[in-house]
Amino acid sequence: MTDATANTAPTGAGQGSLLIKDSRTAKRNGAEGRFKMYGLIAVCIGIAMLILLLTSILTSGLSAFRQTTIQIEVTLPEEKLDKSGVRDPEVMAKVTTFGYAPLLRDGLEATIAANGIETELSAKDAAELISDESVAQLRNRVLRNPDLIGQTVSVEVMASGRIDGFYKGRVTYASAERDTNISPAQLQLAEALEDKGLLNTSFNWLFLTAPDASDTRPEAAGLGVAILGSLYMMLIVLVLALPIGVAASIYLEEFAPQNRWTDLVEVNISNLAAVPSIVFGILGLAIFINFAGLPQSAPIVGGLVLTLMTLPTIIIATRAALKSVPPSIRDAALGLGASRMQSVFHHVLPLAMPGILTGTILGLAQALGETAPLLLIGMVAFVREYPEAPWEGGLFDPATALPVQVFNWTQRSDPAFVERASGAIIVLLVFLLLMNLTAIFLRRRFERRW
Amino acid sequence: MPLSWILLILAVIGTIAFLMARSRAIGTVDGDARRLHSLPIYYGLNGALMALTPALGLLVIWLLVQPILLDRSILADLPAGAVPDGGTAALVMSDVRRVADGIDSGISSGSFTRDELRDLSVEDVGGLLASEGTALGSALTGEVLTAATSYWQARSSLSWIMTIAVIGLALIGGAWAVSRSRGEFRARNVVERGVLILMIAAASIAILTTLGIVLSMLFETANFFRQYSWTEFFFSTTWSPSFSGRGGASQLGILPLLWGTLYISTIALIVAVPIGLFAAIYLSEYAGKKFRSVAKPLIEILAGIPTIVYGLFALITVGPFLRDAFASPLGLGNSASSVMTAGLVMGIMLIPFVSSLSDDIINAVPQAMRDGSLGLGATKSETIRQVIVPAALPGIVGAVLLAASRAIGETMIVVLGAGAAARLDLNPFEAMTTVTVKIVSQLTGDTDFASPETLVAFALGLTLFVITLGLNVLALFIVRKYREQYE
Repeated sequence: MTDATANTAPTGAGQGSLLIKDSRTAKRNGAEGRFKMYGLIAVCIGIAMLILLLTSILTSGLSAFRQTTIQIEVTLPEEKLDKSGVRDPEVMAKVTTFGYAPLLRDGLEATIAANGIETELSAKDAAELISDESVAQLRNRVLRNPDLIGQTVSVEVMASGRIDGFYKGRVTYASAERDTNISPAQLQLAEALEDKGLLNTSFNWLFLTAPDASDTRPEAAGLGVAILGSLYMMLIVLVLALPIGVAASIYLEEFAPQNRWTDLVEVNISNLAAVPSIVFGILGLAIFINFAGLPQSAPIVGGLVLTLMTLPTIIIATRAALKSVPPSIRDAALGLGASRMQSVFHHVLPLAMPGILTGTILGLAQALGETAPLLLIGMVAFVREYPEAPWEGGLFDPATALPVQVFNWTQRSDPAFVERASGAIIVLLVFLLLMNLTAIFLRRRFERRW
Repeated sequence: MPLSWILLILAVIGTIAFLMARSRAIGTVDGDARRLHSLPIYYGLNGALMALTPALGLLVIWLLVQPILLDRSILADLPAGAVPDGGTAALVMSDVRRVADGIDSGISSGSFTRDELRDLSVEDVGGLLASEGTALGSALTGEVLTAATSYWQARSSLSWIMTIAVIGLALIGGAWAVSRSRGEFRARNVVERGVLILMIAAASIAILTTLGIVLSMLFETANFFRQYSWTEFFFSTTWSPSFSGRGGASQLGILPLLWGTLYISTIALIVAVPIGLFAAIYLSEYAGKKFRSVAKPLIEILAGIPTIVYGLFALITVGPFLRDAFASPLGLGNSASSVMTAGLVMGIMLIPFVSSLSDDIINAVPQAMRDGSLGLGATKSETIRQVIVPAALPGIVGAVLLAASRAIGETMIVVLGAGAAARLDLNPFEAMTTVTVKIVSQLTGDTDFASPETLVAFALGLTLFVITLGLNVLALFIVRKYREQYE
C-alpha cells in the first residue's frame, strides 16, 4: 500500500492514458487475479474432498444393503427334529444347529438335482454356498412354528460371504483360484443357480435389524444391537443434558452475579468444550465404571459420558439463544409485576426455545457420531443379545453403538466387513442428516429476529 | 425393589403432594384465590419440590456410596487366605460380586432357594451358578462363597432400607410442605429460591466434570509413577509394553508417541491452515452472495461428519492410494497406514474448523479499515494481505492453536490411519503412533488397574489433557488480549 502511493504520484511525465495499463498496474492486477484464484481453489478443494469422502463411502457401502439369497426346498423329517412327536418347542430345542445343517445340505443337493444343474462338487462343497447363519435361522423358524415338521418347505437362505461378494464384484474367478474359502467350481454353481432363478439379490433388511455376527459370517452381521444401543444413549443424553444444560445456561445468563465463581464456571465450560473426547472416556472408565461400579459396555455409562461431553455444546447454544431475546421483553414482564424468575420462564425461555432445540439437536448429532470415549468404556464388546426395554433395566445391559460397530468391523480381517462398515456409516450419516435437517427446519420455521 | 419402581412411586408421591398442597392452600382461604400470597400453582410446586428433591438426592448419593462401603466391609471380612498368590483383592472382589449376582438371578428365576443354598456344597453351588451363566475368573472357593453370600444378603437388605428411606423422606417432605400450605405462606419466594439452587447445582456440574477428569487422572497417574520411574516415562525413547508379565520388561517412554502426535498434527495443519484460510478469505471477501450461500454450508458439512467416517476414509481410500501412488514407487515403504495418511485426512477434517473460525474473525475487522485501504488505491488482495490479515492476525493465530489442539486430541483418524508401531522416524510414509492411539490400545478390553501397562494410559491422558488445555488457554488469551483493539 505504501509503495503504491509513493511510486505513482510524482512521475508526471511518464503517465500515459488511463485506458492503457502500465506494466505495474498489470502486475498488480495479475497478483489480484492470482490471489482470488488461490481462494477459489481452496474452496473447491474443500468441496471436492467432501464429494470424494462421500462417494468413497457410498461406493463401498451401498452394496451392504443388498444380500444374495438362494431359494431351496428343504424337507424337515420328524424322526430327526422331533423324535417324541409332541411338537413341544422346549423338547425340540435339544436338536442343535448340527442337526439342521445336513437338512440344508440335502435340500440344496435336491434342489440342484431337481433343476437339472450339473456340478462336479460334492454335497458338502456345494453346501458352502450357504451361509452358516442360515442353519440357525432355519432352526429358529422351525422352533417358532413346529407344524412345519414333516413338510417340505421352500426357504430363502443367505448365500455365504464369498458368493455374496461375487455378485458385488469383490470376488472374481481369478481371486477364487487363490482363496481357500471358495473355488471357481462353486462360483459356476452359483451362476447356474442364478440362471434357474434360484439365486437372487434383494434388499437386506437383516443388515438393519440383525445383531452382529462372528468373524467368519460377514453376510449375517447387522446393526440391530448397535442402533438400539445408540438410541438408548441418545435418550439418556436428551433426558439429562437438555434440562441440566438449560438450567445452567439460565442461571449463568440471567441470574449469576459477576464474581469469581461465575468466571470460574464460564472458563470451565469453554475449556470442557475443547477437551479431547477421549479424555471423557478416561473419566467414564475411572469414575463411572471403576469407582461407582456401573457395568461395562452398558448404554447408561455411555449415555452419562456423552452427556458430560454434550453439555458444553448445549450450554453455549442455549446462552446464545437467551442472549438474542431483547431486554425489552424482560423489562416489559418486570414492569407488569412479574418476578425475575417468572419473566424468564414465562417469556424469555419460550422465545429462546427454537434456538435451544436447534443447539440440542446439534449436540445430540455430535454425541451420536462420537466413538473414542465409548471404546474405553467397553462398548467394543461383541454383543449378540438385544438389550431389554429401558424400563426393564435395558440401560444396564451390554450393547454397542453405531460408530463403535463401524470401528469393530474395520478391525476384522475379512474384506466383506469393510463393506459392512461403510454400510453402517451410511446408516449413521442418514441419522445425522435427519437430525440436522430437523434443526434447520426448526430454525427456519420458528426463529424470530428482532 | 427395582429402581424404576422406586422412581414411579416417587412420581406418584410428587403428584399427590402437588395436588394436596394446592387444594389445602385454596381451602385455607375458602376458595378465594385472590387472598393467597402466591398463585395456587406455586403452593403445588412447593409440595412437589419438597417431596422429590431431597428423596432423589438421597437416592443418588445412596446408589453412589453403597457399593463403595459394602465392598470395603466385605473386603475387611475376607480371610487372609482368600486372595490367591499372584491375584489381587480387586479380582477376588469382582468374583464375589459375580457370585452374588448369580445367587440373585438364580433365586429370582427359581432354580434354587435360600435354604437349599445353605445346605449345598461349594462345588454344587459352583455348578449351579455356571449353569445359570455366571462365569468366574477362578474356581469357586469356600471363602469367596461365604463372602458372596454375606455380600448378597447385605445388598438385598440395604436395598430395602434404601427403598424405605427414600420413600419415607419423600412422604415426610411432602407432608411438611402440605402442612405449611396456608394462605399467608410465601410459596412463590420459596419455590423460586429452590429453583435457583437447582440451577446453581446444574451450572456446577461443569466444575465437577473438570474436577472429576483431573482428580481421576492425577490419582491413577500417581499410582503409575509409584510403579514406574517418571524420568523413564518422559525421557525414554522406547515404547514396548510387555503383555505377558507385570511391569519389569515393559518400556514405556512417551517420546515416540509425542513425536508421532506432533508429526501428524503438523502435516494436518500444513494442509488445513492454508486451505481453510484462503477459503475463508475467498468466501468473506470475494464470493458473491449466491456462491457463498452454497459453498459455505457445503464446507461446513465436513465439520459435522463424525471422525470415525474420516478414519474409515483414511483406511480404505487414502491409505491404499498413497501407498500405491507414492510410497511403493518411491521405495519409502509399503504400509497403507502412515503418518501421511492420517495427517492428510486430519487436515481435511480441520479445513472447516479453520475456515469458519477465520471467517468470523475476518468479518469482525471493521469495514472502515477496508474502505480506507481501498480508497487509497490498494487492490482487494493488497487490502487483504496488508490490512485485514494483520488486523485479524491474533484471531487467526488463536484459530490455528485451537485447530492444533483438536489435531493432537483426535483419536479415530489416527487409530485407523496411522498404525500402531511406536517409532522415531522422519519418513512420512512409515506407520507411526500417537498418544491417543496408545490410550485406546492400553485401555480397551480387559484392564487390570494394578499393572503399569494399564495405568500408563492415565499418565498419557493427563499429558494430553495438559497439552490441549495449555493450547486452548493460550488461544483464548491471545484472542481476548488483542481483540479489543478495534472495539
